[in-house]
Amino acid sequence: MKILVTVKEVATVEDEFEIEGTEIADQYLGADLNEWDDYAIEEAVQLQEAGVADEVVTVTIGPEDCEQTIRQALAKGADRAVRVWDDALEGVDLLDVNAKTQILSAVVEEEDPDLVLTGVQAGDDSFAATGVSVAEEIGAQWGAVVNHLEHEFDDGVASVRRELEGGVEELTDIELPAVLTIQTGINEPRYASLRGIRQAQRKELDVQGLADLGVDEGEIEGDLTLTDMYEPESESDATIWEGSPEETAAELGEMLRNKGVAP
Amino acid sequence: MTDVLAVTEHRRGELRDVSYEIITAGRQLADETGGDLHLAVISGTVDDFAEKLNREGVDAIHTVSHGEEFNHDVYTQAITQLYDDLAPQYILTPNSVNGLDYAPAIANALDLPVVTDTIGLETDGETLIATREMYGGKVETTNELEGAAVATIRGAEWPAAEGTGDASVEAFDAEIDEDAVGSTVNGFEEVGGGDVDISEADVLVSVGRGIEEEENIPLIEELADALDATVSSSRPIVDNGWLPKNRQVGQSGKVVTPDVYIAIGISGAVQHVAGMKGSDTIVAINTDPNAPIMDIADYAIHDDLFDVVPALTEEFGG
Repeated sequence: MKILVTVKEVATVEDEFEIEGTEIADQYLGADLNEWDDYAIEEAVQLQEAGVADEVVTVTIGPEDCEQTIRQALAKGADRAVRVWDDALEGVDLLDVNAKTQILSAVVEEEDPDLVLTGVQAGDDSFAATGVSVAEEIGAQWGAVVNHLEHEFDDGVASVRRELEGGVEELTDIELPAVLTIQTGINEPRYASLRGIRQAQRKELDVQGLADLGVDEGEIEGDLTLTDMYEPESESDATIWEGSPEETAAELGEMLRNKGVAP
Repeated sequence: MTDVLAVTEHRRGELRDVSYEIITAGRQLADETGGDLHLAVISGTVDDFAEKLNREGVDAIHTVSHGEEFNHDVYTQAITQLYDDLAPQYILTPNSVNGLDYAPAIANALDLPVVTDTIGLETDGETLIATREMYGGKVETTNELEGAAVATIRGAEWPAAEGTGDASVEAFDAEIDEDAVGSTVNGFEEVGGGDVDISEADVLVSVGRGIEEEENIPLIEELADALDATVSSSRPIVDNGWLPKNRQVGQSGKVVTPDVYIAIGISGAVQHVAGMKGSDTIVAINTDPNAPIMDIADYAIHDDLFDVVPALTEEFGG
C-alpha cells in the first residue's frame, strides 16, 4: 500500500501582535508543522512500520522557506517529499479551497496512492475542507475527522472511527482508495530522532511547478477574497484579581468559600 | 432574489440544535434580498423532522427519505440534485463533523466556492460576505465570495428559530446511486465513560495546554484534592494521554455546568468553550490577558499558573 500525506507549514502568532492591512505583521509570526498533519504523518509511519504501507510520500504546497518544516516529516519516517510551488502562486490567496484542491489532486493522480491522509484542518486558517474536496475531485472515497484507523485493510476497506460531537464515535467502513482527514489524539506523534534528522537531509524532496503537474494557472484563481482582518472586540467583563500569587489565591479562596463550595 | 438552501442535521433519531439555528442564519441571508428559505431534511424519520423544523421563516421543506443515519454519499447526491432543481444562490450547512464530511464535496461537485466555520453572513445578492476566525480566534476576518457559494455555519452563533411556520413540505425524489455509496456506517459508540462523571461535579479544576508537561499534572490534582473538587481538562491534555477521555470538556467531550469552573492554562478555543460556558461561575488563570477564555470568565488572574496554583493549594491547607 502506498500512502500520501499532505502536510502544511502553518503560521503561528504571538500573544501580542499587530495587524497590517489584511495580514498579521511579519515580526509576530512564527512557522510550525501543522499539528493535525503531525498526527497524519505518525499514522502513516506506523502503517509503514507495521508492514502495511510500502511507501509514505508527503506533499506540501509552499515556497522554499517551508522546506525545513517539511523535512520534519521525512525525519519522522516518510520516504520522500513533493513540494509544489510556482511563481504563479506568489500572489494567490491559498485560503481558497479550490486552488489547493486542483494542485493536490494533480499530485494524487500522479502518485496514485491507495490512501491519502490529511490533517482535519490547518491550525492557522481552520478551513477543514481540503481533504474532502480533493477526494471528490479525484473520485475517491473519504472520511472526515477520523480518530481511529484499523491497521488491517480487509478487502480494500478502511475501518475507521469518526469523532462526532458529544463523545460519540461513528464506526464506518470506507472503500479504498480514500482520503481520511486525521484528528488529533489518534496516536502519539513521535519526536524525530537525531538519526532520522540526519537521514532526512538525504531523502528526496522533489519540487514541482504547476506546468509539471499539468495545472492551468487559470484553475488556481481563487473565488474567495479576504478583505479585512481585525481583533475581535473583547467582551470580557471579568473581575481581575491582582497582586502576588498568595493575594490572588486568597481572593479566589474567599470567593469559593462565599459560594459555599470550598472547605 | 437570493434563495437559500439550508441543510439540517440529525443523529440517532434526534434533530441537532444547529438545525434550528441554521433556519435563523438562512432566513437572515434570504431576507437581505427577499429570497426564499428552503430546508433539506435527508434520511431518518423525515416527516417527523419536517414537522419539528416547520418554524417561522421557513418557506419550503424538502425531504429525502433514504436510510436512517447520515451518510455523506447520500447527502452529497441529494443536495447536488436539490441544488440543480431549486437553483438557490447559497447552500448553508452546519460546520459540524458531519457538515465538514459533505459540504466541501458538494462545493467541489457543483464548482462553487466554499467558506467554512462562518460566524456572520451578509449578501447584497451578488457578493457573500462571510465573517470567520483565524489563528484560533485571535483575529476575525471578512471574506468575499462572488456568485453562488457554499457556507458552513458555526453552532450556537445564531439563535434557534422559534414559532410555527407554514412551509410547504414536499418529498423530493432524489435518485440515489447506490454504486456511488462507498462508505457504510456500522454503528456508534459512546466514549469517555468510566469511574468519574465530570458533568456531575460542583467544582471543576480544569487544566489546559499551559501545564506544559505531564509531570506537572499532579499540581492540578493536589489543588483538586484540597478543594474537594474534580479534575477536568481541555482537549490537548487528553490527546497527549495525560488524562483519560472521560475528563475532557468541550465539543467532542462532555458539556459541564458546575457551580464553579476554574480554567487553568486554558486559552478557551471555541470547541472548549462550547462545553463549559454554562458554568455558573468561571475563573480563568492564564498569563495571556487576551486569551479568548477571558471573554466568558467572571474572575481572572493574569499570572503564571505555576505560582498561583501552589499558593491556592496552600490556601486550602493542601
